[in-house]
Amino acid sequence: MTKISRRGFIKASVSAAGGLTLGFSLPVFSNARPFERTGLIGSELNAWLTIEPDDSILIRVAQAEMGQGVMTSLPMLIAEELEADWRTIKVEYADVNRQILGNGIFGRMNTRESDAVVKGRKQLQLAGAQARERLLKAAAEKWMVSPADCYADYGRIYRKASSDSFGYGELASLAAEVTVANVRIKTPEAFNILGLPTPRLDVPAKVDGSAIYSMDVRVPDMVYAAVIHCPVLGGRLQSLRFNAIRHLPGVLKAVRMESSVAVVAETFWQAKKAADQLPVFWNLGPGAKTFSDTIKRDFFEKFSEDGDVILEKGDAVTLMYHAGKTIESDYYVPYLAQAPLEPMNCTVQVQQDRVDVWVGHQNPEAVVDVVAKLTGKAPYDVYVHNCYLGGSFGRRSHTDFVEEATRIALETGTPVQMIWTREEEMRSGAYRPMSAMRFKAGFDIEKELVALTNHSVTHSISYDRDGEFSGVDESSVEGLRDHAYELPAYKFTHTRKNTHLSSWWWRSGGHSINAFGMECFIDEMAVAARKDPFEFRRSLLQSKPDHLEVLEKLEQQSRWKKAQLPKGTAQGMAIHESYGTICGQVAEVTVNSDGSVRVNKVTAVVDCGNLVNPMTAEEQIEGGILFGLTAALNGKLTIENGRVLEDNLDTYEIIRMAEAPEIDIHWITLSTEHWGGLGEPSTPVIAPAVCNALYKITGRRIRSLPIRDYYLQIK
Amino acid sequence: MILLNINEKDIEIDVAPDTPLLWVLRDNLDLTGTKYGCGIGQCGACTVLMNGHPVKSCGTPVGKATDYNIVTIEGLSADASHPVQKAWIEEDVPQCGYCQSGQILSAVALLNEKSNPSDEEISAAMTNICRCGTYSRMRTAIKKVALARSQT
Repeated sequence: MTKISRRGFIKASVSAAGGLTLGFSLPVFSNARPFERTGLIGSELNAWLTIEPDDSILIRVAQAEMGQGVMTSLPMLIAEELEADWRTIKVEYADVNRQILGNGIFGRMNTRESDAVVKGRKQLQLAGAQARERLLKAAAEKWMVSPADCYADYGRIYRKASSDSFGYGELASLAAEVTVANVRIKTPEAFNILGLPTPRLDVPAKVDGSAIYSMDVRVPDMVYAAVIHCPVLGGRLQSLRFNAIRHLPGVLKAVRMESSVAVVAETFWQAKKAADQLPVFWNLGPGAKTFSDTIKRDFFEKFSEDGDVILEKGDAVTLMYHAGKTIESDYYVPYLAQAPLEPMNCTVQVQQDRVDVWVGHQNPEAVVDVVAKLTGKAPYDVYVHNCYLGGSFGRRSHTDFVEEATRIALETGTPVQMIWTREEEMRSGAYRPMSAMRFKAGFDIEKELVALTNHSVTHSISYDRDGEFSGVDESSVEGLRDHAYELPAYKFTHTRKNTHLSSWWWRSGGHSINAFGMECFIDEMAVAARKDPFEFRRSLLQSKPDHLEVLEKLEQQSRWKKAQLPKGTAQGMAIHESYGTICGQVAEVTVNSDGSVRVNKVTAVVDCGNLVNPMTAEEQIEGGILFGLTAALNGKLTIENGRVLEDNLDTYEIIRMAEAPEIDIHWITLSTEHWGGLGEPSTPVIAPAVCNALYKITGRRIRSLPIRDYYLQIK
Repeated sequence: MILLNINEKDIEIDVAPDTPLLWVLRDNLDLTGTKYGCGIGQCGACTVLMNGHPVKSCGTPVGKATDYNIVTIEGLSADASHPVQKAWIEEDVPQCGYCQSGQILSAVALLNEKSNPSDEEISAAMTNICRCGTYSRMRTAIKKVALARSQT
C-alpha cells in the first residue's frame, strides 16, 4: 500500500529528460537557465539547432504548439535543408530569455495570424542550410578535399566517388567552429521532406497523459488560486468578507484586485469551494444597464452615420440611386468566446532576483513585458516556461490572465497556480467582436450588377487594447477591404462601436465576421441577378486566376447542381481568401421535419501554395471548419444586465462527434513560390456556405448567427 | 482516510470526501493526465474508467469512488502500447491534445463493450468535446482497432 500525504508527492520542476525517449523533449522547463542545458552535450551549429554525438538533432521552435502542428512543421523546414534523417529530430521550445538577451535571435516568437510558416520559413530554411554547409565544410577539412567534393544525404556527409562518410554527430563539434558564407536554400522541386505527410512529434505525449499543459505544472511549495471576477466587465471590487471563509480547510488568503478577487488555498478545490462561499460586493458600473438587444440597437443606429471609407471605386452611390432594382440586407453576428478546452491558468513564482512563469501562451514575449512591468524586474530576469496550449484560438495571446496570476504571486510570496474556472473564463471578456453589416446592391434593367455598398459597424479590438486611435482598425475590416470580387462600382465604409465588453482575437478574426456577411450577400445578389451562385461568383472573379481555379475545382468536386439530393437537402457555396490562402467550400445541409439542421458533408478546396506537412494541413482545414460550424450553428453570448449568460459548455455548445460532417478536402498548388497560412482560412467559409444552403431549402435568408435562433421549415 | 484503487494500486488519502475525484487525481496524486475542462460533466476531459465504465471524474465525489477499480490515462498502459493509444498515434488524432485522455478512455470502454461498433454506436458513445475538431480521425482510429481485433 502506498500512503500519500495531503499534498501528494510533488514533481520536481526542473527535470524533463523523460520525454527524450519519445524523440521529443518536453517543452516545459527547457529554459530554466539561459544558455545552459543539463544533460545535453551536443554542438550548437546555430540558435535553432544542436547536434548530439549520437547523431540526434535538437531543433528549437519559436512558435507555440496549440494543436496546429508547428512543433512538427517548423522542424521540417530546418530538417529539409539540413538533409537530416527525420527520425533523429527532437524538438524543444526556443528559449524566451535567450531571445531577449540575444536581441531577437529567433525572429518573432508571437504565434498569430496563421503565419508560423509564412513569416518564419525563410529564417528556418536558412538556418538548416547554414548548418548543412558547415557540416560539409567540416567533413571536407577532415578529408582534406573541397566541400564541392562532398554531399549531404539523410544525416550523413559523403565523399563523392568513394565509400567514405561521416555521421552528423561525428562532425558537429568541428562544424560548430567553421564559417560559411552565401548559403542557398532549395527550390521546391528538390524538397524531400516538405510535402510528405508527417506524423506529429507531439502526438505520443498526448496519448499517454504525459504532455505538460500549464495546469499540469507542479512547483515545490506551490499553492492554488481560484478567482472571482466582477460579473459585469468594467465593474470594480468594492469589499469582501474574508472572515466568512478564513476557517475553511486549506484557505490561506484572499487577494484583492481592481475588478476581481483571488482565494488562495493549499489545493485548487479548496480554493474554489471557499471562493464560492466568499461574500463579495461589487460596484457593477454602467455596463450593468446593457442587454443584447440594447447593444444590437446601438450598433444598428450607427448605420445612420457616414463611417470611414475603406474601399471605393466609381460613384457607387449615384449608380445605386439610378439603379433599376436594389436589394438591401443587414447582417449581424454576436460576441463569441474562444472556449479552448483548457481554461486559462498560469503559475508564477516571484523571487528576489527572478520571476518564473509557467504558462501556455501564444506570445511569450508579451508575457515577459507584462510580468516585468508588474514585478519591477528587468525583462531578462523573467523566465517564461511555455507549455503545450490546451487550445487557444486567439484567447491565449491575451495577457489578462498572466497579469492576474502575477498580481496574486506578488501577494503570496510562494509559487501559485491560478486557475480560472470555465465560468470565470467565459465571463472574463476577450470576445470575438460583435458586428453589424449593411449591404446594398444595385442592378440595371438587364439584372446586371452596377454597384455595391457596405457599411460595417464593429467592436474594435485595437481600441480595447490601445485606447483611442485614428483611422480604421484593420482587424475589423479584414476580408471586406481585401475582398476578391471585381465589381463595377463600390463603396465600403466602416464605423467603430465599442461597448463595456472587451474583445480579442478569435480563430480567423474579422474574416470570420466579414466573410459571413459578404458571402451570404453575394448569394443574395446572385438570386437578384437570376444567376446560379457559382456562375455569379465566377463572373466576378474573372481577373483572379487563383480564385477561379479553386471555384471551378469546388464546383467539380462537390458535384454542384449535379448531385441528386432529397427534399430538405441542398448545397450552399462560399469562397474566401485569408492569411494568404484561398478556401472554397460547399456544404450539403439537411433541414429535418422538426426544423433541426444537419450539415452532412463539406467539400473544401484549398490553395495555400506549398504544403509543408499535408497531414497537419488537413487537420487544420478539418478543425477550422468545425470551429466555424460550432459558431454558425450554436455560437452566441447573451448579455443581460451587462452579464454574459452562457458561462459554461452546457449553454455554449460545442459540436460533438455525432454532429460533425464528413469533410472532403482537395488541394491546389498554383504557385510553388507561394506559402499561405492554414490554421484559420477554413473557418470563415463554413457559416456562409451553410446559410446559403439553408436559403435553398427554406427560402429564408439567415442574416444573423447563430442558426439555431431561427425556426426553419422546408419550403 | 479514504481508500482508493487507482491504476491497480491501493492508495490511502486524507481529503474531504466531497472533493471531486478529478482534483484528488490532479492535485493530491499528481496524475495530471486527467484534465479539467468544464467542471459540470459536459466536456468529458476528466473521463476515467471506473470498473471499466467511462465516468466524469469532475462530478464524482472521491468518497463515492472507494469501491471501484479506477483507471486513468497513466494506468492504461506503461508505454502508450494499448491498441487504442497506438491507433491514436497512427491516425495522428490529437491536435492540442487536451481532451484526448478522456477521448481515449471513452474509446477503450466502447471497444470493450462492443467489439465492432457501428458509426451510430461510435457517435452515441463518443460524446466528449474536442474543440480542435479531431472527430473524424478518432472515428477512423476506433474502427481500426475494431478491425484489427476481428482479424486476430
